[in-house]
Amino acid sequence: MRDSFPAGIVRGAQVSASGWGWRHAGRSAPAVSELTLTIEPGERVLLLGPSGAGKSTLLAGLAGVLGGDEEGDAFGDLRIDGRRPADVRGRAGLVLQDPESQVVLARVGDDVAFACENLGVPRDQIWPRVRWALDAVGLRLPLEHPSSRLSGGQKQRLALAGVLAMRPGLVLLDEPTANLDPAGVAEVRDVVAQVIEDTGATLIVVEHRVAVWQDLVDRVIVLDPAGGVLADGSPSDVLRVHGQRLAHAGVWVPAFPPTAPPRPTRAARGGELLASHGLTVGRTPFASRTTLPVASALDISLFESESLALTGPNGAGKSTLALTLAGLLAPLNGTVTARPALSRGLRPEPIRWKSRNLLTRMGTVFQDPEHQFLTSSVRKELAIGPAALGLSEPEIRSRVDELLGRLRLDRLADANPFTLSGGEKRRLSVATILATRPQILFLDEPTFGQDATTWRELVGLLGELVDSGSSIVTVTHDDELVRALSDRTFVLDAQSAVLS
Amino acid sequence: MTGLIPAVRDSAIARVNPVAKLAVAVLISVTLLLSIDVVSASVALLLVGILLFWSGLDARGFWLRTAPLWLAAPFAGLTTVLYGEDSGAVLASLGFATITEGSLALGVAITLRVLAIGLPSIVLFATTDPTDLADGLAQVLKLPSRFVLGGLAGLRMVGLFVDDWRALGQARRARGVGDANFFARFCSQAFALLVLAIRRGSKLATAMEAKGFGSDLERTWARPSTVGRPELLLVLIGAGIAGVSITAAVLAGTWQFILA
Repeated sequence: MRDSFPAGIVRGAQVSASGWGWRHAGRSAPAVSELTLTIEPGERVLLLGPSGAGKSTLLAGLAGVLGGDEEGDAFGDLRIDGRRPADVRGRAGLVLQDPESQVVLARVGDDVAFACENLGVPRDQIWPRVRWALDAVGLRLPLEHPSSRLSGGQKQRLALAGVLAMRPGLVLLDEPTANLDPAGVAEVRDVVAQVIEDTGATLIVVEHRVAVWQDLVDRVIVLDPAGGVLADGSPSDVLRVHGQRLAHAGVWVPAFPPTAPPRPTRAARGGELLASHGLTVGRTPFASRTTLPVASALDISLFESESLALTGPNGAGKSTLALTLAGLLAPLNGTVTARPALSRGLRPEPIRWKSRNLLTRMGTVFQDPEHQFLTSSVRKELAIGPAALGLSEPEIRSRVDELLGRLRLDRLADANPFTLSGGEKRRLSVATILATRPQILFLDEPTFGQDATTWRELVGLLGELVDSGSSIVTVTHDDELVRALSDRTFVLDAQSAVLS
Repeated sequence: MTGLIPAVRDSAIARVNPVAKLAVAVLISVTLLLSIDVVSASVALLLVGILLFWSGLDARGFWLRTAPLWLAAPFAGLTTVLYGEDSGAVLASLGFATITEGSLALGVAITLRVLAIGLPSIVLFATTDPTDLADGLAQVLKLPSRFVLGGLAGLRMVGLFVDDWRALGQARRARGVGDANFFARFCSQAFALLVLAIRRGSKLATAMEAKGFGSDLERTWARPSTVGRPELLLVLIGAGIAGVSITAAVLAGTWQFILA
């Protein structure tokens, strides 16, 4: 199939910026400023920089999706093949971070065809392009396959196929693997490597995790948050000279991995708090009477002052198990029992407790922080739990102020939670749960898409919690996190659960 | 995906261009709105009932999707029986309402009418793939593609909202605010879903724009949407149902043209 798209039909695009900058409407500081660089056709560039250096803004500018004058002000000049990005639609194709919000149509084939249709490609050319693009990304599915039934990695490959069908000379990837598990990361990276090799398109990829792309790119450009370019050269040169500084700014540089802070006063494990017996977890789909079990025969114990990791492949039921143990989802079968040290006078089944009674017993940090924000400011967000407990005003204020300081959110106290950066949102979502001091803390993929700085802070904070007597259950794919934090690992595989 | 966007099973009616189905639904609805009488609605309901055999819907799918209608129709009828315009002999006087021969006949006519308009509309669209409908609206009816495709992409997100709604409910319980009464909880959760929906929508809009959507280029269509014999046949059947209903009512002397 691959030869139906002759090599060399795509001409790699040339990118040039001279004194380019962009300021989002309503912001005083520009997201990018004074950027001058040239990228030659066929170059493969990894774009690095601390959070807020404007990496995504540059990609959006090249993809022509920054918007018009109402969206912000442009300075200087940004060109693809010497022309403005808006005038060469389809020359650049952009894949974004979130797999969910890039699927446009319900069927796989239609979704890939969408971009071709928009560019006015004649119908008889669209379908060969669609089949070629799906083949190139390794999605060998019927064209009618529902796009909603793809995994995260498959959705990102679908997004890439949609971009490839445009036959772009410039492929732009904005953290395309940040929301994927390790298998999904490898899947997407390998497909990109193959496709770029086959087509000869120019590649610009933005990513915190250098190791993923290091061997695929031939040039690294580091943006300076203060404006312009901080470093530019071959991956080995740039990482040798600037690696430590980049690592300090939150970039995952292989030679300088973030280190977990030492835990001098490691607490000993206490008594049992929570146990499940013959537990089947799952959910009941909307408007359906039948339940969908995802894991069964789960016997698991959780003790005071210990850190337990729940690991296993996608779809094994890790998140569902955590929700069930945390008293947020009813067991389909079997029991979840809180021991008296946890239930403190309540009945033993957590799902039957009142929401308010969960607060001091078990807290849950969701994978998507946006699901749990309820108010319009960081300060109010932190006060919700303590207020629901009926604490006094001064007590609430002192807890909120302490958390604001401890999680470096004080300067953002009046900001709207939805406007925070990814790392700030994560810190806030953990802080809101800590505000009521639960005995057990459940966290669902707390390090997904986080930079190295946030990672180090989270590991430090969670370690302190365990050492001060709390228990932690972490659903994660992050091996580093498991190594740094966990006392015990519970592995769920596709068939049954195995305790290692 | 979810019960909200059903999988469309292949059937004679499912293969017809959705624009023709839209035309039939409009044709029958307008006809039945012209008069309020028992005969025209009964005849239309009977003929539509026959047509349903070609829809390919199974019994469970049929009753599930039309359930709201079976509740709404008798309710509309009952309201008319109690409070509708009175005429003829008084059958019962309940103090707050009077039931007369006239209001009873009107109530029955309204019930049948709601069913005869609602059933074909629901069933025709239960057998329609939203993507095919969008193709038809844009290519056959020449509606603006931005509007049609924007709506279609939005519809696809409904499945995500179901998962979001569930997660929002669990998150509220985890945050200690899940004990409020149902109404208060529903309202605040609905608002949170709206906020999330807008955020998802704007991300989707960026992704669509990045694929060239909304540019000045002339758009092409990967899937042709055409009208031919099956569509003509379905529209003729629809016109036939409308015609036979009117004729039967006029012959029976019950036709009351409401605009006259």
